[in-house]
Amino acid sequence: MLRRTLLATAALGLGLAFGGAAMAQDKTKACWVYVGPIGDLGWSYQHHQGLLAVQVAYGDKVETAYQENVPEGADAERVLTQMALSGCDIIFTTSFGYMDATNAVAAKFPNVKFEHATGFKREHPNVSTYNARFYEGRAVMGTIAGRMTKSNKIGYIGSFPIPEVIQGINSSYIHAKKVNPDVTMSVVWAYTWFDPAKEADAAKALIEQGVDVILAHTDSTAPLAEAAKTPGVIGFGQASDMLDYAPSPRVSSIVDNWAPYYVKQVGAVLDGTWAQTDTWAGIGDGEVQIGAITEAVPAEVKAEAEALAAKIASGEYHPFTGPLNKQDGSVWLADGVVANDGELAGLNFYVEGITGDIPK
Amino acid sequence: MLKLEKRPSPSQFWSRATPVLAVVLTMIAGGVMFAVLGKDPLVAIRTIFWDPLFGEFAWYLRGQLLVKAGPLILIAVGLSLGFRAGIWNIGAEGQYIMGAICGAAVGLAVYPTDNRLIFPLMVVAGAFGGWAWAMIPAILKTKFNTNEILVSLMLVYVAQTVLAMASTGFLRNPEGAGFPGSRNFSSYPAAANPELIAGSGLHWGGVAALGVVVAGYVLLQRHILGFHIKLSGQAPRAARFAGVSPPKLTVLCMGIAGALAGMAGLFEVTGPAGQISIDFNVGYGFTAIIVAFLGRLNPVGILLAGLLMALTYIGGEMASTNLGLPSAAIQAFQGMLLFFLLACDVLTNFRIRLAKREAV
Repeated sequence: MLRRTLLATAALGLGLAFGGAAMAQDKTKACWVYVGPIGDLGWSYQHHQGLLAVQVAYGDKVETAYQENVPEGADAERVLTQMALSGCDIIFTTSFGYMDATNAVAAKFPNVKFEHATGFKREHPNVSTYNARFYEGRAVMGTIAGRMTKSNKIGYIGSFPIPEVIQGINSSYIHAKKVNPDVTMSVVWAYTWFDPAKEADAAKALIEQGVDVILAHTDSTAPLAEAAKTPGVIGFGQASDMLDYAPSPRVSSIVDNWAPYYVKQVGAVLDGTWAQTDTWAGIGDGEVQIGAITEAVPAEVKAEAEALAAKIASGEYHPFTGPLNKQDGSVWLADGVVANDGELAGLNFYVEGITGDIPK
Repeated sequence: MLKLEKRPSPSQFWSRATPVLAVVLTMIAGGVMFAVLGKDPLVAIRTIFWDPLFGEFAWYLRGQLLVKAGPLILIAVGLSLGFRAGIWNIGAEGQYIMGAICGAAVGLAVYPTDNRLIFPLMVVAGAFGGWAWAMIPAILKTKFNTNEILVSLMLVYVAQTVLAMASTGFLRNPEGAGFPGSRNFSSYPAAANPELIAGSGLHWGGVAALGVVVAGYVLLQRHILGFHIKLSGQAPRAARFAGVSPPKLTVLCMGIAGALAGMAGLFEVTGPAGQISIDFNVGYGFTAIIVAFLGRLNPVGILLAGLLMALTYIGGEMASTNLGLPSAAIQAFQGMLLFFLLACDVLTNFRIRLAKREAV
């Protein structure tokens, strides 16, 4: 008797699973791969907000799935293959390190669309790339940092020395220096996207050096939590608004708003118009948002920062406008010349005035 | 009342039965956890343990099981020799990284020469890299009596920094537009470690793992060195009287473990991972410690334990994507496995007796 019940239960379970799989065939399935946990309250959290927006926008027409904490490398390739096999129609791979894995799996599944965030390889017609102009937000944060620092020392927690991060470092420094010629910047490399302990250590090291404004390029709230322990030290929300730390140490933030892009691309799959693209949207497109500037910042600094954001949004000003020299003193951009996208996408040097070396 | 009574000698039966019992208990406790999370426990357990082996996509996932288990087994067999002799090498992760770097460096140095000897040479270099890294704690222990647990563990972090230097500096792909990471070995056939039979997931690392299991078994059962290792662990004084030199044994055990970990790193970097990158290591060196104990420090046991561990990873990923289980729940599930194993070990060394209440 017991054995028969067990078998019946197993059969029922199998039936349910197959029923589920069959239903999935009718719906469009959109899948996401995250490098951190969705509870990081930063990068991965923000991508997950995009997934939720897709659910709201299309309701029953779209089924969603995701996997968090996927290491970059061999594991990513397996997770992507599993997703493609299990019926995902479009897969968003949301970290730079998934680049080779995304292209390798895309070659095997020509009918599945792949969208890789922050990368540059589109080796197959079913791979698109998308990115946000985070450096535009950094220009605004840099301006606030330059005005707010009392020690004239600002710090930057770098994740990996890749062009996207170097853009952010340069942009922050250029705009801090513009409003405060005495400012110096120290960069600490954490070599991780998400590791609260390491991020906190990096913040601690910077504070011990006398830094009183911290910019972070990692995904957790740990640098802000560390800043909160020392009075007078401020920081910014990164990737997500991180309002829990407002009004101070979090005085403003760069918010990545992926929702419009995800809704648009999943919609394109639904109506059959999806085509390979390379998107790089910024403040003007609403993909990069500046989180509310709190009362910890004087009104005139707030106005100055908001004016800069507006000028960037309208296209009137580009954060990388000459005259700008490279760290070694040679000319990068002559007076009035604006950096082109190709150059920025491969940026691998600091601008003049930043001390230290990019890890080589 | 239950009472524990120490066995005169560890029970052979329970030594073999506890891993099975631990797996069953993990399934039960894990099932309860999944149920609390609102998922059907039967479906979740089936997704983790059954689907990767016999489910719809088993043809792909079975191969992935070998990919994941290969390095675990290779490293764990090496570690088990030391663990048996009471030599605690905790730094296999670092030896794995250094092996990958040394082996990859040899291959990249001769790029793009085509010669059959390149790959074997890289394997030797990989083994050498791991061996040399393990020699640091081994020699410090034998010469200065330092603690090999601490030294080998700390060297993991040094190795991670060397890895970051390698991927942003001396091994960086000169055609990679400034992005960190070496050339991809999949586009350099003479140095690549592809699947031996397409779709099987079996590469040279898997073959080496099987070979090492056999060699480890023969060593422990038939060879005088195996006898010395076992004797040193069980009765260090007796071992010394039998002519075993503890320093020699330390150097030997650490060296074998290091060389095997280094080889595992080389097979991984040239195969599934494809390239040296900053976060190329994903913790095989640490997980292998669990695998070694799960397999009772016995090569055949380690083979099974490695496959089981790989199954929980791959099944866990499936459960995470298909059922929306948080990845933390999967990690907790894997943690339970180790917890129950250690808890069940009581049965190997103790006997549970029903104690009669004393007459008043």
